[in-house]
Amino acid sequence: MISFEQITKTLGGKTVLDDVSFEVPRGETVVIVGLSGAGKSVTLKHMVQLFSPDCGTVRIGEDVISAAKGAELERMRQRFGVLFQGAALLQWLTVFENVALPLREKTDLSEEEIEKTVLDKLRLLNMEDAVDKFPADLSGGMQKRVGLARAIVMNPEIILYDEPTSGLDPVTARLIDQLIENLRSELGITSVVVTHDLHSALAIGTRIMMIDGGKIVENATPHDFIHSENETVQRFLESQYITRRGSWEKGMQTHG
Amino acid sequence: MDMPRRSFRRFGRIILLSCHGAGDALMMLGSSVLYIRTAFRPRARHEVAVQLFITGIKSLGVITVVAFFTGMILALQTGLELRRFGQEVNIGTAVTIVMIREMGPFMTGLIIAASVGSAIAAQLGTMTVSEEIAALEVMSINPNRFLVMPRLVALAVMMPILTIYTNLLGIVGGGIVGATQLGVAMQAYIDNATRYAENKDLYVGLFKAVVFGIIIATVACHQGLTTREGAVGVGRATRRTVIISFLMILVVGYMITRMFYI
Repeated sequence: MISFEQITKTLGGKTVLDDVSFEVPRGETVVIVGLSGAGKSVTLKHMVQLFSPDCGTVRIGEDVISAAKGAELERMRQRFGVLFQGAALLQWLTVFENVALPLREKTDLSEEEIEKTVLDKLRLLNMEDAVDKFPADLSGGMQKRVGLARAIVMNPEIILYDEPTSGLDPVTARLIDQLIENLRSELGITSVVVTHDLHSALAIGTRIMMIDGGKIVENATPHDFIHSENETVQRFLESQYITRRGSWEKGMQTHG
Repeated sequence: MDMPRRSFRRFGRIILLSCHGAGDALMMLGSSVLYIRTAFRPRARHEVAVQLFITGIKSLGVITVVAFFTGMILALQTGLELRRFGQEVNIGTAVTIVMIREMGPFMTGLIIAASVGSAIAAQLGTMTVSEEIAALEVMSINPNRFLVMPRLVALAVMMPILTIYTNLLGIVGGGIVGATQLGVAMQAYIDNATRYAENKDLYVGLFKAVVFGIIIATVACHQGLTTREGAVGVGRATRRTVIISFLMILVVGYMITRMFYI
């Protein structure tokens, strides 16, 4: 579905991605983990051409998005929904108007149809009572849920999540995890999630990929990931009190 | 590397970056102009109306004070000099021609650059650093159409209207000073004001106002959309918008005057 072929990217004189290649299969949730500044968000932004690679190719199915321009790029981007780290809601629009924005701008739906679709999505995220509020009146968790409603309102094939649970309380974080998992299991949506939260990664990921120093140091199923022999991975697991036996197994039971 | 060569290289880099920025801003302007045809669609119309209100109505207070006092100062300064030759009755001509040719569009441009231009740069800059612009791009909503075009239209439309308002208030302010301080009757002031001013003066002044509006919108939107480095970057974009707009208003104003009067 998404394919990175030998991507290299340098920002401010520093090589952020160094000859990175990987694939995200259709219908899977790939979680990208790593330390701050490892290149996770840069990787995610290459998928929708918010960054262009210095060399290499990014494909979405058969489409080469890294070289696309104009109307072609717009068409490719419409296959995506993106939840940004800070939700990125337009501050002068209400919750309803934010979620309705892509429908109003990119479809010919009537206002009645738009209202029905927006309320359906907000109901899915328990945000239907906040339709008339402005983003500034919402907590961080509520803003993220509205951002997620906006990301899924066009029924995209692929959803990208940039730190979906950062700054959230554990209950809201698990709610977001559950929503990501439901979107994959019930609607078959392909997802790429960037996170620091390994508990969340292990709960929602069908594959987990770790980036360190601009290179992929591990790309494995959750089970294989926690059994990885790679030292960087092991240090990362230990930093979040996840051992090969014990806490993660408990986490699996909790997350179901 | 020796000092002169390093300085030369740094100077060259600044020139190159400035040219790149100017080219980028002109591309943005061109793209936004092409989207003007969409300004009459219902949703775009609403956004244009909001921007017209922000640019026009919200700036009226400060423009009223500045225009009035500009006319009063002009009348007082020229009147005091003309009085030495017994020609103070001609302040009507002096104030009117200076206001409609130069001071009207110039003062309006400076006020709008400082108030509306800086606000646009701060708003778009904040949107850029909080990834709202990236979110629009990912939703395939072109920021040039969605954000730049309504502001460009609002400034290009409101600047000449505000300039006419500035001209009128400045001339009235001059008339009041003439009547109260220089002993020039209001009727004589008005007769003198309308006798020598030509339609060309008004049209050139309004043309300048439109150009200044386009300059302010382009600089402010470009600075906002290219903001980097968080809150510090937003402050820098705002400051640059005011400085670049002021300089361009001065230089372009001179060039237009030269083009039409020499």
